[in-house]
Amino acid sequence: MELFRGVNVDWLKLKWYFLAFSMIFSVAGLIAMGVHWSHPVGGVRSPVPLGVDFRGGTEVEVRFDHTPDINAIRQAADAAGIKDVQVVNYDDPKFNQVLISLPEQHDESQLDTGRQQIVDALHAHYANTFADSGIKVDVVGPTVGHQLETKALLATLYSMLGMLVYLWFRFQLIYGVAAVVACFHDTLITVGAFALLNKEISLTVIAAILTLVGYSMNDTIVVFDRIRENLRLSRRESLHDVVNRSINQTLSRTVLTSGLTFLTVLSLYIFGGQVLNGFSFALVVGILIGTYSSIAVAAPMLVAWQDWRAEQGRAVVLPAARRPRA
Amino acid sequence: MNKNLNKKIALSIAVLLIFVYGIFRIPSGLSGKALLEAIQQNIHLGLDLRGGAHLILQVVVSEAVSAETDNAVGSIQQDLKTANLGFTQVYKPDPNKPAVIQVDGTSQAQSSTVRSTLDNKYSTEYDLTGGGADNTWTLTMKPTAVSALEEKTVQQAIETIRDRVDSLGVSEPVIQEYGLGKDQILVELPGISDLDQVKNIIKTTARLEIHAVIGGPYKDEQEAMASSGGGIPPDEMMVHGSGSLATGSDADAVYVLRRQYVVGGSDFRSADPGTDQNGRRNVRFTLTNEAGDKFYDYTSKNVNTSMAVVMGGRVKEVANIQSAIRDSGEIVGTFSEDEVTALSKLLRTGALPASLNEIETRTVGASLGADSIREGVRAAIVGVLVVMAFMLFYYRGSGINADLALFLNLVILLGFMGFSTATLTLPGIAGVILTIGMGVDSNVLIFERIREEVRSGKAPAAAVDQGFAHAWVTIVDTHVTTIVSAAILFLFGTGPVKGFATTLVFGLLANLFTAVFVSRVIFDWHLGRLKPGEPISI
Repeated sequence: MELFRGVNVDWLKLKWYFLAFSMIFSVAGLIAMGVHWSHPVGGVRSPVPLGVDFRGGTEVEVRFDHTPDINAIRQAADAAGIKDVQVVNYDDPKFNQVLISLPEQHDESQLDTGRQQIVDALHAHYANTFADSGIKVDVVGPTVGHQLETKALLATLYSMLGMLVYLWFRFQLIYGVAAVVACFHDTLITVGAFALLNKEISLTVIAAILTLVGYSMNDTIVVFDRIRENLRLSRRESLHDVVNRSINQTLSRTVLTSGLTFLTVLSLYIFGGQVLNGFSFALVVGILIGTYSSIAVAAPMLVAWQDWRAEQGRAVVLPAARRPRA
Repeated sequence: MNKNLNKKIALSIAVLLIFVYGIFRIPSGLSGKALLEAIQQNIHLGLDLRGGAHLILQVVVSEAVSAETDNAVGSIQQDLKTANLGFTQVYKPDPNKPAVIQVDGTSQAQSSTVRSTLDNKYSTEYDLTGGGADNTWTLTMKPTAVSALEEKTVQQAIETIRDRVDSLGVSEPVIQEYGLGKDQILVELPGISDLDQVKNIIKTTARLEIHAVIGGPYKDEQEAMASSGGGIPPDEMMVHGSGSLATGSDADAVYVLRRQYVVGGSDFRSADPGTDQNGRRNVRFTLTNEAGDKFYDYTSKNVNTSMAVVMGGRVKEVANIQSAIRDSGEIVGTFSEDEVTALSKLLRTGALPASLNEIETRTVGASLGADSIREGVRAAIVGVLVVMAFMLFYYRGSGINADLALFLNLVILLGFMGFSTATLTLPGIAGVILTIGMGVDSNVLIFERIREEVRSGKAPAAAVDQGFAHAWVTIVDTHVTTIVSAAILFLFGTGPVKGFATTLVFGLLANLFTAVFVSRVIFDWHLGRLKPGEPISI
């Protein structure tokens, strides 16, 4: 069985549509981030909703033996004098799980009192029972949260820089720049999707975003490799045609791989439970966008760069001067 | 069939067996249950999967600096006295600057001797300034000395915490410096979901110190201050304590003590709980040789004066020195039974050099962790099955090839995890799923390329050869790029991110072997069995 045999689409002719598509999603994401920025949560300004890892605070996840009553839990907290408690149902209703959160505790020596208060209040004022093995607690102080935020940002930047350098070494600088711009585009749109849908960014989501950066890069390199190879074979063909042909030749691989990876990630999203929800959501969005960007952002950038060089009246250098080593 | 191919097949099978050994070792039986147990023993599960507690503690390093300069204050006084140099006081002028010591009121005539005396002994760790017309000297601990001391403090805290955790009998604890700040310590305790008891043991500074008593007991701080003329000199301090032993009442009392302790901290070599002849709880202690000499020196000079046993910032006992004591003694005090047991445990494991703040705590109940495993594993299995089915459907005969490679990839990945000490976390399972994606990608790249070559009219053997040759370049580029990003994740990431990067790197390495080498071997084996002119199933 074969899909996409002998495809011959002029992808570069579609570049204005691609640009419009990318702009719409990027701008929508940016606007959503702006809205979040102007509505600080608990005094913390952030362009995206932050999970407890970054925001700091106390989160207690409790699995009750019987169906929990959110209002009764709130009353229990009130009765114990705990302020600003948020209670929501969590995960599949059959698990009887509830997530109770408290805002950030600024005094680090008092960090753990929130957890204790919640557990005590539940024991004292709420008849539903729960076992110790059914509790999950996250208490994050302000220091750690902010350090993690900085670290996550740095890790993303470093990983992009690392890949840029590798591509510069293997191909040429312009390839690296095009690939990194495409990755940046994917990250922006994915993070934008979190802001739009008001989903929290946690540490595992950061892992997912870094994965999608690697994944999108992977897709882009497959196309670039083919462009490099074709440029060496037919030096008289215009870059425009070479790029089109390369995209078409790799199209069946791109769609297959992306489709299959998408399936595994989708199974993660559907069956992976609440804990992996943010992670798999980032990958579901990221794989779609990453596949799109390697065709619609990275490759057209190479052509645009060369056209611009030609307009400037400079010598047109086909970006294939270096031979691959392997 | 050629000999070379046989060797390659043998190598592939050998690798398979080695990593199967990594997963199971030698299981106690071949039943499903025995195999599952073997897996659980060899593959370390992270806290998120098996339940446990995760703490990040911040060492208050400034306390260690302050304790160090307190000691220096005492020895500077001693040195100046020994050298017959006059001074009015040696003290620390600003409580917020623990690294600064000031010497006041030396005589102008002795200025150069004071300088050389101080320089001689303290210039390696302190910067000395002053000595002008006002006869005031300032010793500031050098930044390098401060950071060396801070580092030592954190290391010592790690050692102490490890000893204490060991004494609790927690299996496979992790206690190490935490990547984010140099004063932070990560403590991971598998299987512990009730933190309170553990934290009390870990965090107690419970420094036991013996101080000279200047005055007291007083009713309150006002009275104590009034007794020393309205203010407490900087080398003395006020400490609260119950006065029951000294005064026979349970009321809170205030003592004025000399700030520098006679013995304390690491001076204690051992301590055991017990009861004295009157049935009161006590702690029998032994001092190190060096501290024993110091203690003997002090007690023989100060017979008939009082000394106070201070623990956790409170006076626990005040005793009269009846005769010189060398290196062993017993403390009878207002201890509770728990305190006595904890105290002896803590003295044995050494005191924490500074107190600890919790800045992050996470606990996962064991049953929640088990559900996470079930969900993650189910998602992974569903993902793999869907992908395998699709490969068979789309590439027919060659699909078997891809599925075998994928299966071997998973075996190697799990085997890696079994051999190494890396832990499998929930994000780690996600990394496994991503590895599957990358593994499939390599196969798709190769197969698509072979199809292209077949289409252009090449014979099966040549098509396979060319297909692998072309796809190889791309596979190297994609894998190296992803390994670069995973390595950066591993270096800069923390906890969960690291777990993810670990499985991803292992998975990609395994994939380079299975997709490129093993897959090629299977193709070659298949080609060798094709009749001339028969097409390849792809």
